Parts: sequence; structure tokens; C-alpha cells
Amino acid sequence: MAPLLELTNVEARYGPVQALHGITLSVGEGEVVAVLGGNGAGKTTTLRAVSGLVSASGEVRFAGDRITGASTERVARAGIAHVPEGRGLFSELSVHENLRLGAFLRRNGFDESYERVRAHFPWLEDRRDQQAGTLSGGEQQMLAIARALMARPRLMLLDEPSLGLAPLVVREIFRILGELNEKEGLAVLVVEQNAKLALRSSSRAYVLEVGRVALEGPSSELAENESVRKAYLGY
Amino acid sequence: MTEFLQQVVAGLASGSIYALLALAIVIIYRSTGVVNFAQGEMATFTTFIAWTLVDHGVGYWGAFALTLVIAFVGGIALERTIIRPVEGGPVITTVILTIGLFILLGGLSNWIWKAEVRAFPPDRPFPTSAWEIGGVAVSKQDAGILAITVVLVVALYALFQFTKLGLALRASALNPTASRLVGIRVGWMLALGWGLAAALGAVAGLFTAAASPPLDPNMMRPVLIYALAAAVLGGLESPIGAIIGGLTIGVVLNLVVTYDTHVHLDLDRMRIPIAFLAILIVLLVRPSGLLGRSAVRRV
Repeated sequence: MAPLLELTNVEARYGPVQALHGITLSVGEGEVVAVLGGNGAGKTTTLRAVSGLVSASGEVRFAGDRITGASTERVARAGIAHVPEGRGLFSELSVHENLRLGAFLRRNGFDESYERVRAHFPWLEDRRDQQAGTLSGGEQQMLAIARALMARPRLMLLDEPSLGLAPLVVREIFRILGELNEKEGLAVLVVEQNAKLALRSSSRAYVLEVGRVALEGPSSELAENESVRKAYLGY
Repeated sequence: MTEFLQQVVAGLASGSIYALLALAIVIIYRSTGVVNFAQGEMATFTTFIAWTLVDHGVGYWGAFALTLVIAFVGGIALERTIIRPVEGGPVITTVILTIGLFILLGGLSNWIWKAEVRAFPPDRPFPTSAWEIGGVAVSKQDAGILAITVVLVVALYALFQFTKLGLALRASALNPTASRLVGIRVGWMLALGWGLAAALGAVAGLFTAAASPPLDPNMMRPVLIYALAAAVLGGLESPIGAIIGGLTIGVVLNLVVTYDTHVHLDLDRMRIPIAFLAILIVLLVRPSGLLGRSAVRRV
């Protein structure tokens, strides 16, 4: 069976600077895949290339359709929800308005989506009218994930969900992600600095170095790999 | 006191015209960070379209409604054809484009409709009589202009606050990238903003023609200055600020000119400089205006 998301030789550049030098990776239906790598390795750009936030060449296929060069709106319509770097919340709007925007593409499907999302984030209801920008960092990250879920995506792209958050909060977020994956079969492509956590939460992983895939394989094997351990796990 | 109140009421009526145009400026500014200098000329142009419709036998209020639709569609078309190619570029490029549009539309109005004196509206759209309220005479025209402004503002508020489309419009203005990620066609939201702004401006143009006939291709130039002063006073990003700013400018200008009859400074000629002075003072003393968005901290 063809994978849900498939990148073949994807290149991307910011003006004169080439950020991706031919990335090939895939995410299967219902699979959690991690992308590791240092700063500037091209992790974020890889996600942005899928979402059409940066123009890319090569080939990106989602659920069999070629989406290379598609507009960001179209990629969203195709069933990919991207929680970007910095979370991309509407800080001036309320929690509820953020969730409504998450369900923007769903005709009348708000209530049903909301029920499911609330099962994972019960506190959202109490904060309904609070301005999103006034939530704590962890709550904002969870709201960003909740908003992405409102669209009922088949694939979620998650950019550094642990950034700037306390370890306990990070663990909670990954617990919920695991739950979403197991119970609802949500496929996730997650970019993460926290390699230990990322490898523990995913079934496969890719290690990027200067815009190329340097290593790939099952997460459990990468966790044992000498160079991965030295470079990213610190032991 | 009666004279004072009298002039305040008259000021509110002209102020609501400034408020409408200021609101149009704020709608576009919020979504793109661009002050549309062509807003006044767009209004003049659509007012002449209304004149043409009436000239061809359409009733005034029918022409009024039709003109709003034409302005709305025209605003969208302008954005899609002229503004879109520079979308995402530097703000200054777009600003210069709007100045070009100002010159182009001003030229077109003068060229198509010539600078001749036209009675428009042909008959007074509002009754010429007035109501006496506690000794203050409120002209039905002033009251009508104010009432229609209130209705428009309430309708616009409802659109932005209570509909999915309004939410998408607000979201696009606040965070275009995040809006795209949830599937909103941000480009079309910008175009829609131009359409709404053009329609609001069209009302301002029609009211300007009604309040100070005859119809003149340059009639919106001073109004644009007052509207800019109003928008800046309100903080440029705040729709409510634009309305309060517009009404304030209208009342203040009216009072200044009225009481000048006692001191004879010939301030009637100073209306535009006074508006500029207001812009200057606001920018120096309180750049975020009365109701400018207080910087929200992004955590």
C-alpha cells in the first residue's frame, strides 16, 4: 500500500539559500514519524514544503494525489493539519474562536468535532472565552493541537511541540498524541529537538543534516545508533 | 446652548460621513497594513455611477442600493487585478499603488463626467423639514444620514462578530499564515475587505453629494483628509475608534467654524489644516490613537 504522505527528492530554498537538498521520506497511514536534526537541518522547512508555505520542487504526494506546489489552503483541504513553529494561534481571539477557525473547512461539523477534541482536552470548555494569547505556553500548544484536530485531519504536521515547555507538560502533550494515534489512527509527522522523547513516541524516524536525510529507520534502532546517541541523546 | 446643540447635531451628521470613510480605511488597513489613499476617489467615482443611473431614470434609492452593489464588486475587482500582484510585497509598494489609483480614478471621474455642475440628487432624498427636539432643530436629512450610518455599522459589526465569514475575515487580518493553514483563502478575504470598504465609501460619497450639492468630481478630497484624521484619531486599527474619531472630527470642525463668526478668523478656510493638525497631534502625543490595539504580548 502506498504511504499516506510521500516526499521524493524535495528541494526548497529561501531566496538564494537552499534549505532542502532532496529530501525523501514517507509517513504511512496511522503512523507516527519523527524528524530529528540540529538547527538549520531543514526540519521546519520540510513541514513547510508539505504545506506549501515555502515553494518546493521534487514531488510531494498525499493520499495518492500530487500536492507539490499546491497552495496552503488546498493542502489543508486535502486533510493535512499543520501546527507550525510558534503554534500559529490567533492570540487576540478567544479559545472558542480559535477552535471554530480550526473547523473552518467543516460544514456544520463543529459540534461533533468539538466533542471529540474535548475528550482529549477537557479544560478547553472552561477557557472558552479566554483570549488565546493569555493562556500558558503549554495550554497554547495544546490549543494549537486541538485546533488542528478540529479539521479532522488524516495527517498532522507538528513542529517542535516541546519548545519552551516544562518537561511535565511536554510529557502530557506526547501522551495525548499517543492516544490520538492509537484510538483515532491519526498519522503524525513530528519535528522535535527532544530526540529522546521523539524516538520513544514514534515508530520510525529520520535524522536530517544540512537539508539531507542522514539517517533513517525504526525509532528503536535509531535510539541504539552510536552517532544518534552521541549527537542527539547526549550519552 | 441651543446653538451649541444645534451645531453638535449638524456636526454628527457630517461626522458620520467621515466615520464611514474612516471605517473603510480601517478595514483595509487592518488586513494589509496599507492606507488606501484612493478610498475617497473610489467614493466619488461610485457617486457618479449613481448619478448616471438616476440620469437614466432609476429612482434615487434604487440607484443608491445598486451603487453599493457595484461598489462592492468593483472593490473586489480592484483588489484582484491591481493590488493582488503586489500582495505580500513591501507595504510601500501597495501604498504607492493606491496613490496611483487615487490619481487614475480622479482623472477618470473628471474625464468621463466633466467638471460641470450637476444637481444630484435631483430631488432631496430626505425631507427638507426638521424636527424640534427641546428647542433644537434636527434636520431630517441629518437624522437620516445618522440613522443609515448606525444601521450600516451595526450590520457590519454583526457580520464581523457573529458569522463564520466575519471570523475568517478577522482571522485573515490577524494572522494570514495561520489562516491559510486552517484552509481560509486569505487572498479572497482581502478582496472582500476591499469590496466592503468600497461599499462603505460609496455611502460616504452619496451622503457627501446629498449634504453639500452640487456634485463635483473633487468633492471627496477634503472628506478623505477628515476621514484620515478620524482613522488616525481612532487608532487606525479600531473600527469603533474610526467611528468615534469621525464623529469627533465632524463635531469639532463644525463648532470651530460656527464660533469663528464671533472672532472672525476666517477658519472656514482652515478646515483641512485643522484636520492635519489633529493628525499631527495624535501621532505626536498618542500614536496608537484613542482605541489603537494595545500590543498583545505573544507568549
